[in-house]
Amino acid sequence: MQDRIVGQVQRVNGPVITVKGITDAMMMELVSVGEQRLVGELVKLSGTRAIVQVYEDATGIAPGDNVYGTGMPLSVELGPGIIGTIYDGIQRPLEELRLAGGDFINRGIQRPSLNRNKKWSFHPLVAVGDTVFNGVTIGTVVETERVLHNIIIPPTTLPKGQSAQIAEIVTDGDYTVDDTICKIKTGENIIELSMMHRWPIRIPRPVKDRKPLRLPLITGQRVIDMLFPLAKGGTVAIPGGFGTGKTMTQHAIARWCDADIIVYIGCGERGNEMTDVLREFPKLIDPRTGRSLMERTVLIANTSNMPVSAREASIYTGITLAEYYRDQGFHVAIMADSTSRWAEALRELSGRMEEMPAEEGFPAYLPTRIAEFYERAGYMETLNGKKGSVSVIGAVSPPGGDFSEPVTQHTRRFVRCFWGLDRSLASARHYPAISWLESYSEYVDDVSAWWDEHSEGSWKENRTKIMDLLQREVRLQQIVKLVGPDALPDSQNFILEVCTLFKTAFLQQNAFDEIDRYSTVEKQVRMLQLILSYWDFGSEAIKKGVTMVKIRRLKVVQDIARMRFNIDNDNIAEFDRIALRLERSLTQLGGIYED
Amino acid sequence: MKTDHIIGSPIDRQLLSGREYVGADRIDGPLVFMRNTHPIGYGELVQCIDTKNEVRTGQVLDTADDVVVVQLFEGTAGLTLPGTRMRFMGEPLTLDVSEQMLGRVMNGLGNPRDGAIAPKGDGERDVNGLPVNPTSREYPRDFIQTGISVIDGLTTLIQGQKLPIFSGNGLPHNQLAAQIARQAKVRGGIQDFAIVFAAMGVKYDVARFFIDSFEQSGVLDNVALFLSLADDPSIERIITPRSALTLAEHLAFEKGKHVLVIMTDMTNYCESLREISTLRGEIPSRKGYPGYLYSNLAELYERSGKISGRDGSITQLPILTMPNDDIGHPIPDLTGYITEGQIVFDREMHGRGIYPPINGLPSLSRLMKDGIGEGMTRDDHPHLANQLFASYSHVKDVRNLASVIGEEELTTLDQQYLEFGDFFEKRFVNQSYMEERTIEETLDLGWKALSLLPSEELQRVTEEELERHYRS
Repeated sequence: MQDRIVGQVQRVNGPVITVKGITDAMMMELVSVGEQRLVGELVKLSGTRAIVQVYEDATGIAPGDNVYGTGMPLSVELGPGIIGTIYDGIQRPLEELRLAGGDFINRGIQRPSLNRNKKWSFHPLVAVGDTVFNGVTIGTVVETERVLHNIIIPPTTLPKGQSAQIAEIVTDGDYTVDDTICKIKTGENIIELSMMHRWPIRIPRPVKDRKPLRLPLITGQRVIDMLFPLAKGGTVAIPGGFGTGKTMTQHAIARWCDADIIVYIGCGERGNEMTDVLREFPKLIDPRTGRSLMERTVLIANTSNMPVSAREASIYTGITLAEYYRDQGFHVAIMADSTSRWAEALRELSGRMEEMPAEEGFPAYLPTRIAEFYERAGYMETLNGKKGSVSVIGAVSPPGGDFSEPVTQHTRRFVRCFWGLDRSLASARHYPAISWLESYSEYVDDVSAWWDEHSEGSWKENRTKIMDLLQREVRLQQIVKLVGPDALPDSQNFILEVCTLFKTAFLQQNAFDEIDRYSTVEKQVRMLQLILSYWDFGSEAIKKGVTMVKIRRLKVVQDIARMRFNIDNDNIAEFDRIALRLERSLTQLGGIYED
Repeated sequence: MKTDHIIGSPIDRQLLSGREYVGADRIDGPLVFMRNTHPIGYGELVQCIDTKNEVRTGQVLDTADDVVVVQLFEGTAGLTLPGTRMRFMGEPLTLDVSEQMLGRVMNGLGNPRDGAIAPKGDGERDVNGLPVNPTSREYPRDFIQTGISVIDGLTTLIQGQKLPIFSGNGLPHNQLAAQIARQAKVRGGIQDFAIVFAAMGVKYDVARFFIDSFEQSGVLDNVALFLSLADDPSIERIITPRSALTLAEHLAFEKGKHVLVIMTDMTNYCESLREISTLRGEIPSRKGYPGYLYSNLAELYERSGKISGRDGSITQLPILTMPNDDIGHPIPDLTGYITEGQIVFDREMHGRGIYPPINGLPSLSRLMKDGIGEGMTRDDHPHLANQLFASYSHVKDVRNLASVIGEEELTTLDQQYLEFGDFFEKRFVNQSYMEERTIEETLDLGWKALSLLPSEELQRVTEEELERHYRS
């Protein structure tokens, strides 16, 4: 680290340090504080004073300690070797820190984010004399069996709109991330490129264009895919009090969704949860590629007991990594668990800087920061004309489960999809506890064309039908609460019956069951179809005078109730058989009464 | 007035450490403001000597080149501005940990309270600890049998878990904690265990109750007690759990013991934090609690678990009384977001004479899923627990309906649910303070309860399990 002294410590108040005697520091510069060289970021400049937030515990730092500048903003290293790694909030590799410093995270430890010794097999895609631009792929590296890493020319290498010629490019072979692999010439300038580059985490990476969202992000979770779909490039918030299953839902999506790359940010959450992911993911097999899930996953762990300012940075670190893979033409899904902890980190730092608070102590710029973060999602045309997307799935932990608090409210303004978790569902162990009354998705129209194509045109219609039934059920339940179910006629009782079946047989999904944990598009479509057939034929039968008790006792209804466990994703034909039996038994039953 | 220091490098500071300053600038509650000192490190240990030559321990809360703020854990009563002497030690606050602390009674700072001399320490440890690298953690999955049906069956405790008890004033949380401490065992063998008990602002009787209970079960020699009672300075409560956990970490990760940490009452701890925060003029968030309450609690609760390659474990059982029985209050709320589940007490159940008055529905154990089932408890356990939750949650609806239309008007099915609910609460949940049930007894009792319902209602268990256990 350079020894450029930018100032001296004047005051230490937790992670916020006031620095005096500032000469040439720049805003958002990465600095190190004291002889322990604690990592920090300069967040405020005023005359000869500055405020630095340090990303490590500040114990022992005293007034008069030197503050050293690095001359660059807080950045991440981008290149092969990111996938499968677990980083902390400022992209320090935790495995390496463990090897260097033991089981506890000591202060002042530094390790490069990308391994400098590991050799990667590089395959060039350009030749000497080729004209290239910012963002052009110059070669590829097999990062994992399922991720073909594109080495691109960093987006700010050349002035905007300018091109350059390849002056030199290495041949196929093994190189480390900082070996020069390519030289490009623009006018008189020669620029050397390696497989890695740095990017400041607070600045979105440039793209050519934003595209409309048309593809759904298939999660394999029925309540999400069928009722409240998320589009690739979309944003969603999952708010829920503690114990309602935010993390479980996030884990399920990280496991089974059809994104190419997963960035999972554990922001101020439990240490054991990250251990759980680290333990589970390498063992789990992706149903689409047959490869281990860890081969597409990056973890960022800044647990609740790690320094609060690094928690603030972790969200940006995560989304910058996601954007980097998007620029290579991948569909990336990023899980932020939980954005409330990030907002609280903002609040804590703001409080220590003695800023004027707005609602509940949160700084007035909270909504701006939330908006900036979610706007980095999208379905993009990259600089080299590829299509890639970043979808953001942000958990929100509202205090007391009260959705009217500032973080939930402001997040709602900037996301287009909302999966509200309900405590009473969670108490009844109805998981995922996504409330069908409170949740919504504005992507329904955007993705209905895709879905209709994959469901013989039935998706949107069936979705509307079942949503309507659920709404009618709510009204009926209110009556039942007053007078009991016996007071309702069978035709209305049947609505309750179908909704109950829909909830237990379709909406509930067991994340630990080998078969049930993930449903293919086809299985989901068929399951919903079957439940709606039950509704159609059943109502028909009731009109003819069949009592509901009789319908309920049919063996086939039990089969429907257990189909999520019994019918494998590959065994779709089984649905035909049940559908046939259902139709037969109900028409038969109706036939008895007609005579 | 502002002084400019020429000296500032760490070497100079080492030379200056231990230097004493006479005369404080301002004293406000437990905080002492000092001016014109040498550069003082953040979080440094401070010794304060009063006019009677008594030494109190403190810590630097805020340091600037003109003023230093020190919080004194033993309070500031009796201090005078000119007569106060402060010695800045140049090192963080540490605890001299030792296995010999087992069987001893100490104050919040780890100094003996029982009159005997302090045990010889094995080494100084920073009381704030260091965060465990998430890659070093081992995922806890060893089932602890507490002998209490509602815990073992529905909110299973796992070795290395942090599972708080959310209680209220006047509810038997102390009995439950003592019962767990007495009965907890891991299946398959006796382990080297220890209990670390941290009391924050609780009454003397409560501490006495625990000591007696440990004595009766003959484990007192394996218990280290850190007591900061209701009449001790409230600021001491801030350091008490940190001392306790520092010892627990030493016992678990250096001595290979399985440590159960009982901390009571977390509400008092949080109130002390609020007190300091208000004195320092910090911007409050909810209900006057500081914005960093979450991070601060996490620093305590996260000091639990297991580390791969090391033998021991820390299981935490914090107790907190919910102010006004409100689970949405910031203290239980933030705790629930950090801990791996919660055991929630219900005043109404207590009123009906049910012990332990645990309400199964809001209670939860997050680590349960990996610690139960075949080879750990019994193969039918996961489904059975799931089914009990589902059925019991329906009982609440039925009871509400019954109170509107009367029990006679209910359908036969709903009446069966009422019967199930009664059996569940009175036979499954309810047990005596001295009663210890094996996990098999617990599970069989669960099936007995379910057998009061028709088998079509039991959708969460497999047909094969029904066949084996269901007896209508």
